[in-house]
Amino acid sequence: MAETQIRNFNLNFGPQHPSAHGVLRMVLEMDGEVITRADPHIGLLHRGTEKLIEYKNYVQALPYFDRLDYVSPQNQEHAFALAVEKLLGLEVPPRGQYIRVLFAEIGRVLNHIFTVCAYAMDTGAMTPMLWMFEDRETLMEFCERASGARMHMNYFRPGGVSHDLPPALLEDIDAWADTFPKMIDDCETLLTENRIFKQRTVDIGAITAEQCFDWGFTGPNLRAAGVAWDLRKSQPYDAYAKMDFDVVIAKHGDCYDRYLVRIHEMRQSLRIIKQCLADMPGGRCKSDDRKISPPSRAEMKNSMEAMIHHFKLYTEGYHVPAGETYTAVEAPKGEFGVYLVSDGTNKPYRCKIRAPGFAHLQAMDLLSNGHMLADLVANIGSLDIVFGEIDR
Amino acid sequence: MDLALKELGNYIAGQLPKDVSGTTVKLGELLVFAKAESITRVLAFLRDDVNCRFKQLVDVCGVDYPERTPRFDVVYNLLSLINNNRIRVKVETDEATPVPTVTGVFSSANWWEREAWDLFGISFSGHPDLRRILTDYGFDGHPLRKDFPLTGYVEVRYNDELKRVVYEPVKLTQEFRSFDFLSPWEGVQGLLPGDEKVEADDDDVAKGGA
Repeated sequence: MAETQIRNFNLNFGPQHPSAHGVLRMVLEMDGEVITRADPHIGLLHRGTEKLIEYKNYVQALPYFDRLDYVSPQNQEHAFALAVEKLLGLEVPPRGQYIRVLFAEIGRVLNHIFTVCAYAMDTGAMTPMLWMFEDRETLMEFCERASGARMHMNYFRPGGVSHDLPPALLEDIDAWADTFPKMIDDCETLLTENRIFKQRTVDIGAITAEQCFDWGFTGPNLRAAGVAWDLRKSQPYDAYAKMDFDVVIAKHGDCYDRYLVRIHEMRQSLRIIKQCLADMPGGRCKSDDRKISPPSRAEMKNSMEAMIHHFKLYTEGYHVPAGETYTAVEAPKGEFGVYLVSDGTNKPYRCKIRAPGFAHLQAMDLLSNGHMLADLVANIGSLDIVFGEIDR
Repeated sequence: MDLALKELGNYIAGQLPKDVSGTTVKLGELLVFAKAESITRVLAFLRDDVNCRFKQLVDVCGVDYPERTPRFDVVYNLLSLINNNRIRVKVETDEATPVPTVTGVFSSANWWEREAWDLFGISFSGHPDLRRILTDYGFDGHPLRKDFPLTGYVEVRYNDELKRVVYEPVKLTQEFRSFDFLSPWEGVQGLLPGDEKVEADDDDVAKGGA
């Protein structure tokens, strides 16, 4: 029989592919249906956030962080607020810390709902998206009630949060937190033991702990490889030191484990939310340093000094002492860090944003090499990639 | 915490006397200044030494100080999961001098170095694949340099006659506004124009009185 000529070919995956999670363009070298090289091209959503921040004062820079990872905006505001507080040497009152932890965990649930459901959709299951997004909507309503915006909250400020919570919001969050475990259970009945889902994910894109360190993996992707590392536990910030929760780990580091870790992290987040609600202290929700945190509207009507402070804070902003810091938080996707350099003026001199997805996506070739084309989709989905933060 | 970091800094400086030019602890963060040509050795030492064990490179980025020579800082942020601490390594370089790549030590450095090349024009010698990463295909210039304007040089639009996207020089419909908030009373360390006269006058008055 004559030997047939088989030729490798290149395939352009995306940037308009529904499971490319936004604008990922991947140039694939294929040997039949097996991937021999995956080269992600990123930057199609590059908006120059870091450059823009250098031209804005610290108050104006904060909303840019919402627009990085738009699936969980709160956690990124948190990183920037903590970095600025560190340079200013500012203390946050307990109530401010608890509110921030509460909303950071709501952000984590928002993110994991999205990731798990979108991932299920990528691997062929439609229903989780339809079921779980109702809860995502409920959570975004909570965000709206607290800050006025469903997604881009601009709520965490250096020194605390922008204003206190409206009445009855805590009770409503509490009522939701009672019903949500049932939803997670329902979602698990659809996926966890589902044969098709397991065929698509088990042993796909497996990565060892050593490889994870080498490639800068953090967050659920690192924990899925069996490393019990969580910044909320090991380097606690705000009120996390007082919270009782478990670090979820898995063993194999494959797509299925990354899914399981996220599911169980939602349950742990609920535990933290419950504790925040139970222990929510009273008092101020932001620092009373008038040179940093603006006065209330009512105060401005009566006090000349408050009026002046308000005017100064919303035109000039505040000056941050010269110095530099790398401050990181455990965002839902991994370690989200802000390397902030201040030169003593009212604008950051340099603000480097360390996005977890950036490190995860560059390991795409390692994860997908030797797998089939369909597994590539499973890999992208399991890494939890959002282009807002990768392209910045 | 600060004391432990200081000791660690002294230890690193003692072990690598030729490669490390200084260490400081500020705001509870350890900072090591290294020589650019020996960055690979420094990071490999930090990764493998039993007292350091900085197994993860979490970030590499550039910082531009145009008035300084050499103008760029390259900053490496490392994390030790075993000792639960962080370290920051800084090297200096300019447009012409490449920094040795650390992709051989940490694979994750690959894209961050590409990013530093793309946004600052810092080149890395020995890098396996030093292409632009975030900016457009065929982009010209390095946007995060301080002398690159915020608005850029070109804008794109879809040209209906040519049926393709075209690049044109940037046209601002409104003047670019940048306000100077440096107050003459605070925030300025250097001498303001005219200040030297005030000093001189004071001296004259003092002399006249005597």
